[in-house]
Amino acid sequence: MATMIETKDLTFTYPAEEGREEMPALRNVNLSVEKGSFVVVLGHNGSGKSTLAKHMNAVLLPTGGALYVEGMDTADEAVLLEIRRRVGMVFQNPDNQIVANVVEEDVAFAPENLGIPSDEIRRRVDDALAAVGMENFTRHAPHLLSGGQKQRIAIAGVIAMEPECIVLDEATAMLDPVGRREVLASAHRLNRERGITVVLITHHMPEAVNADRVVVMNDGYLVMDGTPREIFARVGELRAIGLAAPDTVELMDHLNKSGWDLPLEAITVEECADAIYNALAAEEK
Amino acid sequence: MLKDITLGQYFPGHTLAHRLDPRTKLLAVVLYIVALFCAKGVVTYAIVMAALATCILVSRVKLRALTRGLKAVYVIVIFTAVMNMFFTGGTPVADVWLLRHITFEGLRTAVFMVLRIIMLIMGTFLLTYTTSPIALTDGLENALSPLKKLHVPVHELAMMMSIALRFIPTLIEETDKIMSAQKARGADFESGSIFKRAKALVPILVPLFISAFRRADELATAMECRCYHGGDGRTALHVLHYKAADYLVMIGFVVLTVGVIVLARMGF
Repeated sequence: MATMIETKDLTFTYPAEEGREEMPALRNVNLSVEKGSFVVVLGHNGSGKSTLAKHMNAVLLPTGGALYVEGMDTADEAVLLEIRRRVGMVFQNPDNQIVANVVEEDVAFAPENLGIPSDEIRRRVDDALAAVGMENFTRHAPHLLSGGQKQRIAIAGVIAMEPECIVLDEATAMLDPVGRREVLASAHRLNRERGITVVLITHHMPEAVNADRVVVMNDGYLVMDGTPREIFARVGELRAIGLAAPDTVELMDHLNKSGWDLPLEAITVEECADAIYNALAAEEK
Repeated sequence: MLKDITLGQYFPGHTLAHRLDPRTKLLAVVLYIVALFCAKGVVTYAIVMAALATCILVSRVKLRALTRGLKAVYVIVIFTAVMNMFFTGGTPVADVWLLRHITFEGLRTAVFMVLRIIMLIMGTFLLTYTTSPIALTDGLENALSPLKKLHVPVHELAMMMSIALRFIPTLIEETDKIMSAQKARGADFESGSIFKRAKALVPILVPLFISAFRRADELATAMECRCYHGGDGRTALHVLHYKAADYLVMIGFVVLTVGVIVLARMGF
């Protein structure tokens, strides 16, 4: 499969405050994101996951190493707009990324910037709103929508650029459970139906369960990389870097400590229930 | 109290007044204001007033909505009226006490001045009531685009205006939240002298400013991520088109203004 995003020894150091030592936020990160995959980047606050996300469409430029978007170096000013068109970014606070006070105008913002003809903008706006299930809110005022709805508008605003990849930089962090579910469902649908690569940055473990791949960041290092099953099986290591595994894994880990023998790869609620059921059945025999 | 702000308020509708091109409406309002300031006598005032009344009827905006907009300027209106009544020279109304200082000419100017202010405000409010803020900024940007040749940052100004309008509700909500948070910790905004109350606003303004700057920073990043790079090469979802009705309305207002100026010169 082709590579969407590739980093080579990516290192980044924020300018230090006076009298403080410079601390790299990213240290020699080597990561390659396959086209069409759904990758979740996990990490607690200050692990460098957001810094990594901001490199993916050249909001931040590496202080060491490099990052390539489909072979284009993000440090190359000449391809900046093309990189930003291909990799759309959705941020944490929905209020601070909505530009216009009518939904359709906001979704049209990016294509307008790209100089696309009006009738094509119209088509893209309708298409993008349908893609996130907000087609009935075309003429609404964004400030009257719920958090989850606003965030879906923000996603639609990015989809209207027809990007190859969407980076959701903690886009679910400020939402209530319902809003979080809406946004996740939209992201998964775009990945499945349109083959858009999704990079989801989060500290919320359950969001990683349905991903193709999970990458764990800690102290600027990329510490784990694998399928959700592989990652969550390493409950102890996750806990050591301040991440709580999903409740199902936690439950089975506790049961294992008291003498059971359950597979930690069972990460969804159904799988977990099955595993416990089987273990109980085996016990009775 | 923050809910009463009428700035940029828009009443959606589908009347002719709503459907006109925003540039037409901007031009119409400018012409109307010129006519209003040129009007001198009863006849010319009546003509301008009739024009305003027609517009109000066509737009179906409720009269109460228009008078609510006047609340903010009652003081100015009364002040102007009183000043004009007392300080215009001429024949006194009667030879008793205060009435000695009020002249017939003063009364006449006072009435005209009050009418002028009220009609000025109603006319401009009619524009914002029937035009969505986005259409208004689009119209302004488009109408002022010739100034780009003189290096006036027209696009930037229009963008700032529309973002400001977009963030008014967000910042109002935020102010309410901060006020509630301060009240919960015992802040008192309602009692005490005016200075004390003004001082009590500082703990609201400081966090509000900090948050506004943070928002601005995030918004700028988000805009850049959506390929914003200034006004060059931008297209628009809604392209502005003049229709037949636009030309008719424009002609109507040109005739109105020219007519009023000519009549006023003739002394009506």
